[in-house]
Amino acid sequence: MVQLKVNGADHSFDGDPEMPLLWYLRDILGMSGTKFGCGMALCGACTVLQNGRAIRSCSTPMSTLAGKNITTIEGIAQHGLHPVQKAWMENNVPQCGYCQSGQIMQAVSMINTKRKVTDKEIDAVMSGNICRCGTYQRIRAAIKAAAKETA
Amino acid sequence: MIVVENVSRRGFLEGMLAAGGLVLGATLVPPTLLAWDAAKGPIDGAVLHPTIFVAIDSDGTVHVIAHRSDMGTGTRTSLPRVVADELDADWDRVKVHQALGDEKYGDQDTDGSHSVRDFFDVMRQSGATARFMLVAAAARQWNVSASECITDPVHTVVHPKTGRRLGYGELAGPAAKLPVPKKEHLKFKPRSAWRYIGKPAAHYDLQDQCTGKAVFGMDVRRDGMVYAAIAHPPVLGGKVKSYDDKATLRVQGVKQTVAMDPFKPPHQFQPLGGVAVIADNTWSAFKGRKQLQVDWDNGPNASFDSESFKKEMQETSRRPGKVVRNIGNVDAEFAKGGKIVEADYYTPMLAHVSMEPPVAVAEYRDGKVTAWTCTQNPQGVQDTVAKVLGIKKADVTCHVTLLGGGFGRKSKPDYVAEAAVLSKKLGKPVKVVWSREDDVKFDYYHTTAAMYLKALLDSRGKPTAWLQRSVFPPIGSTFGIDVRLGDPGEMYMGWNNVPFDLPNHRAENGEASAHVRIGWLRSVANIYHAFSVQSFANELAHAAGRDPLEYLLSLIGPGRLMKEAADANQDDPSAVNYPFDIGRLRHVTELVAEKAGWGKRKFAPGTGQGIAVHRSFLSYVATVVEVEVTDKGEVRIPRVDTVLDAGTVVNPDTVRAQFEGAAVFGTSIARTGEITASHGRINQSNFHDYQIARMNDAPYKTNVYIVDSDAPPAGVGEPGVPPFAPALCNAIFAATGKRVRELPLSRNGFS
Repeated sequence: MVQLKVNGADHSFDGDPEMPLLWYLRDILGMSGTKFGCGMALCGACTVLQNGRAIRSCSTPMSTLAGKNITTIEGIAQHGLHPVQKAWMENNVPQCGYCQSGQIMQAVSMINTKRKVTDKEIDAVMSGNICRCGTYQRIRAAIKAAAKETA
Repeated sequence: MIVVENVSRRGFLEGMLAAGGLVLGATLVPPTLLAWDAAKGPIDGAVLHPTIFVAIDSDGTVHVIAHRSDMGTGTRTSLPRVVADELDADWDRVKVHQALGDEKYGDQDTDGSHSVRDFFDVMRQSGATARFMLVAAAARQWNVSASECITDPVHTVVHPKTGRRLGYGELAGPAAKLPVPKKEHLKFKPRSAWRYIGKPAAHYDLQDQCTGKAVFGMDVRRDGMVYAAIAHPPVLGGKVKSYDDKATLRVQGVKQTVAMDPFKPPHQFQPLGGVAVIADNTWSAFKGRKQLQVDWDNGPNASFDSESFKKEMQETSRRPGKVVRNIGNVDAEFAKGGKIVEADYYTPMLAHVSMEPPVAVAEYRDGKVTAWTCTQNPQGVQDTVAKVLGIKKADVTCHVTLLGGGFGRKSKPDYVAEAAVLSKKLGKPVKVVWSREDDVKFDYYHTTAAMYLKALLDSRGKPTAWLQRSVFPPIGSTFGIDVRLGDPGEMYMGWNNVPFDLPNHRAENGEASAHVRIGWLRSVANIYHAFSVQSFANELAHAAGRDPLEYLLSLIGPGRLMKEAADANQDDPSAVNYPFDIGRLRHVTELVAEKAGWGKRKFAPGTGQGIAVHRSFLSYVATVVEVEVTDKGEVRIPRVDTVLDAGTVVNPDTVRAQFEGAAVFGTSIARTGEITASHGRINQSNFHDYQIARMNDAPYKTNVYIVDSDAPPAGVGEPGVPPFAPALCNAIFAATGKRVRELPLSRNGFS
């Protein structure tokens, strides 16, 4: 039995301990905001926060999550929108939008850690998240705008 | 009514018709705009419902049907905004509904960059029809002439003489009692009065996309649904000899396995066959599939090896092929002798890898199927599911979700048919989920191509004869057995219409057989044709010792309409409205050079610019790529400038986004895009060995310039892609002196 918090709510899981968090969120809890892209931590579409830091939920087995706090795209803003989401909207970032939950969660993690938002840092933090539509230029602009907002 | 489809799809349509008519009955524009002549749609209950695309309720809500799929190109925003503009509706009070697959809407296959092109007028007509009726209802109520009424501000009919006004909600009921006007009685707004067309707008779904609420195919759930992962035959055409599922059935959550029937050639959009693992969640289905032991009969494609196939294609390209364009006498000119330049170009297979892999939910009940899926082609879903299950097309209902990318892959509904077959067998709703490995290994690949080009140069370096041959397994091979030549659609994508002023010119196409499923990928045959032609033009410029821009412009020659291009497509209605206008091609070339500072900037060793221009999907696009190449061969792309002339543009922000994205898509193609096969099996499997451009290797800044034009709208989703790879490789030559004739760059010592 694994006890964990998802977006502040208590949950317990007694299924296959190898099941990745991604599929627990999507198929068991029915929270579909977190996306499946590769299953190998190669694309970042499944990014969520574990105790405030970005992890790849597709490659995080449930067995490792006892006592952990998980935050998904559904839980980053208690009221209204997170500054990163606002910046995403102001810059019209998404094309198809499928990877954007993961992109936003990765960016939230970056902003949370108060890393300096330079181009180099953005490259370093965001290059694990693939966008096949190619919205990188707008993602970069949105992160810079959000960082200014939260500074 | 069968209407011949647009340029890009035309040839494929013929191929499909010949192959059994999967798209028979597809009409380009709606057979009728009137609602009561057709089956019920999502908005038929509204108070005023003058056409199949628009309805208005008494509270003033305007409902607009989005009948094309949205995979990120913004059709769910741009087409409804055309309706809203002509209706003078308040965009904030417009509700967009995604259409089911239904012939009544006309063509719904969202590929070929033609959503706006083909439905701009239809949407205007819908908006104008509704406005006409609202104005007529108000005029009748006030007992004044309709011509005295205006619809400004939005959502209101006003009689300026008396200051009276009525809202669209109040008028919906009375207007519904009036006859629907004939098209010839409609009055369309002048361009100067457009409210939304040509103005940037956010996606209709923007907030949902940023909050995780947007519903993609992957997100569909039905009560009682089970999950399926399918072990497909590793070689195309392979069959299951036997299989052992003991270990599979021991996996927690796995319920059973189901053998899938193999397809009957030609494979078209049929399921591939194999063994399905059924589970109560996706993960268990994937895990159970890993435990399957399948003995395959791989069939004749097991001998396919992409490396030796490449040599075969290159040999074919050195022999005469089918002539697809012939001007003057190339052979006689070459026989005169002189300075000859020749080059071989090669591009490998590519996979689509949309971020959302193929996925579908289907529910079979009482001989009918309902499907929910991320498809570019809901009528194709109806056709395919009906054919595979032996039921009527009318008994297949297809709900279209948002698409997590498509790029052509999701026009092919094999995965939906898989779900339907399984649902019928299991008697419950089934969700078929393709893993990334399934997606990479069992795609409808963008084809590989070998091209040979040869030119004879005069004393100034201008070609007096130009020969070009391309060889590639064609898309037609998916729809017909033993199809080995490209069809007119593929030839028209930058091969039989090379836009140069050449006195002697011959284009040929050689035969090649397919051993995997071949499909269309964003910009299709334009990718390899533009790569070879625009690279060769650059090679000739250097051979002639001339500036590549100045040389390219001299090849293009003076502004004129390309007669041969229109003649080659006489049966294509778009040839009339969209002549190949060399003047527009020249203009985008000159403009991009100016924007990029061509010839005005100094470039240090290891840095440089490259230019390429290409017309595709009726749009004219020129691109300048700037590169920095390190001593180790690492390529950075600090800047891209691209100019497009797509005629009338509905949403300039979406258009910019498409061209920013095209530069990234082009980067993926050029740097690392390569699918190979050994023993008939695809060697790549996921993003580690089929690499897609990431933030740190994508262009840092892409500047997009839209030519202001009142020409009819042309394509925007695809045309940004073709000029990118040749512009990049031309830039690498400028920076390093190294010529790239084979993609990807990773095969040339670059990274």
